[in-house]
Amino acid sequence: MPSYRFVILNAKDNVATALDDIPAGSVVSITRHGREYEITINQKIEFGHKFAIAPIKQGEDVIKYGEVIGVASSDIVEGEHVHIHNVEGKRGRGDKKNGNRSILGV
Amino acid sequence: METAQFWGYRRPDGRVGVRNHVLILPTIVCATQAARQVTELVHGTVSFIHQHGCAQVGVDYEQTFRTYVGMGTNPNVYGVVVMGLGCETHQGRSVAQEIAKSGKPVELVSIQDHGGTLGAIAEAARIAAKMVQDASALVREPFDISELIVGTECGGSDACSGLSANPAVGYVSDMIVDRGGTVILAETTELIGAEHLLANRAVDDRVAKRVYEVIEAMEKRALMMGVDIRTGNPSPGNRKGGLTTLEEKSLGAAAKAGTRPLQELINYAERPTKKGLVWMDTPGHDIEQLTGMVAGGAQVVLFTSGRGTPTGSPIAPVIKIATNTPMFERMRENMDVNAGTIIEGKESLESVGRRIFEELFLTASGKLTKSEILKQHDFGIWRIGPTF
Repeated sequence: MPSYRFVILNAKDNVATALDDIPAGSVVSITRHGREYEITINQKIEFGHKFAIAPIKQGEDVIKYGEVIGVASSDIVEGEHVHIHNVEGKRGRGDKKNGNRSILGV
Repeated sequence: METAQFWGYRRPDGRVGVRNHVLILPTIVCATQAARQVTELVHGTVSFIHQHGCAQVGVDYEQTFRTYVGMGTNPNVYGVVVMGLGCETHQGRSVAQEIAKSGKPVELVSIQDHGGTLGAIAEAARIAAKMVQDASALVREPFDISELIVGTECGGSDACSGLSANPAVGYVSDMIVDRGGTVILAETTELIGAEHLLANRAVDDRVAKRVYEVIEAMEKRALMMGVDIRTGNPSPGNRKGGLTTLEEKSLGAAAKAGTRPLQELINYAERPTKKGLVWMDTPGHDIEQLTGMVAGGAQVVLFTSGRGTPTGSPIAPVIKIATNTPMFERMRENMDVNAGTIIEGKESLESVGRRIFEELFLTASGKLTKSEILKQHDFGIWRIGPTF
């Protein structure tokens, strides 16, 4: 199986960013908090897009650069695409009214 | 931790330069052509073209004045020949007097007092020729990194910026701060949406409060033009590229400043009073931001780009870092370091960071950057009021 490239920008992050287009069904090896494990990519992840490297429950923070980039608007499983369909910003969203509030009111 | 040293020039006010320029400083648009002519005549001199210096008032006048003085007092400048017209708002004499407080050689030539353009050019060239020879007699000495103020900037960003060059420069920023140096984070516009995260890194409540103030002021300026930056971002193109939230986009820009505490927030073209990470309130405009940081005393600037830019300063080396290898290959004559190896999976962020850190020391010690070699003498002042 070919190996695909991605980057985890900070040890605290619960998402990785793809540096290749990663096809659905690919298996990637993750090293996180000293633990090595494999996850299966659930759907195609395009270059520059994110996938979860740990389960993120609805309402939990999504972490990239070691900082909170938003909150999960539904449960996210390992290997799942993390983007506008399952993440809400806390400070503002381009396509929403009342952009300073997430749908969860945080 | 290794103690890194660079070779620089000690100035009379105690600051350390990494270049030894004689600056022909036109304080009024009417003198910019004469100043440029002087640089044609005298080796070792630099100048810049601008359209300011007259019919300005209030805080806008003060900001332009502060920028002129900051360019003259930057330690990369050995001495200054101020060129004025004579009747303008920004009197060359006031600028020269302020620069003279740094103890460096300063002379004033005004076109109306020196018999017109040709007389002023001849007088300025005579003074500059003497200054250049005196400057050339100085010898570089070793200095500690704590003497450096390093500006950070991104321009012509792409989907790789927040993944390769910006985090790699962030790694360098932390290295500089940990060794006692100063790093400037700027472009307030690009940080909208991440202000709460940056305010959390402020050393005290006063600095945190200033973070919110400058963000709000920048947003209001855009709203006055009918543009809401917060709800317009991330743009459809950003989202297609994988950026999900405004925080994420802004954190990608902030990544180049590293992770250390925010020591203070300074106005445009002001000199930092603290060591460590400092935020200067500037717009995102590449040249205005660059000019603000250099006028604030930055001796070197680290500049990341995804699309590629020619940007440079007349007095400070700008180390330009490519976010991706194809652009680095296409624009080798403009770009100094390639961080695209991170995207290709060939090199780690830390490894690229260490290469940038080494380049910073070589550059500070005299190695010329691509923009210096190509005489890319960009200069632009952030105007905050209309002309009258």
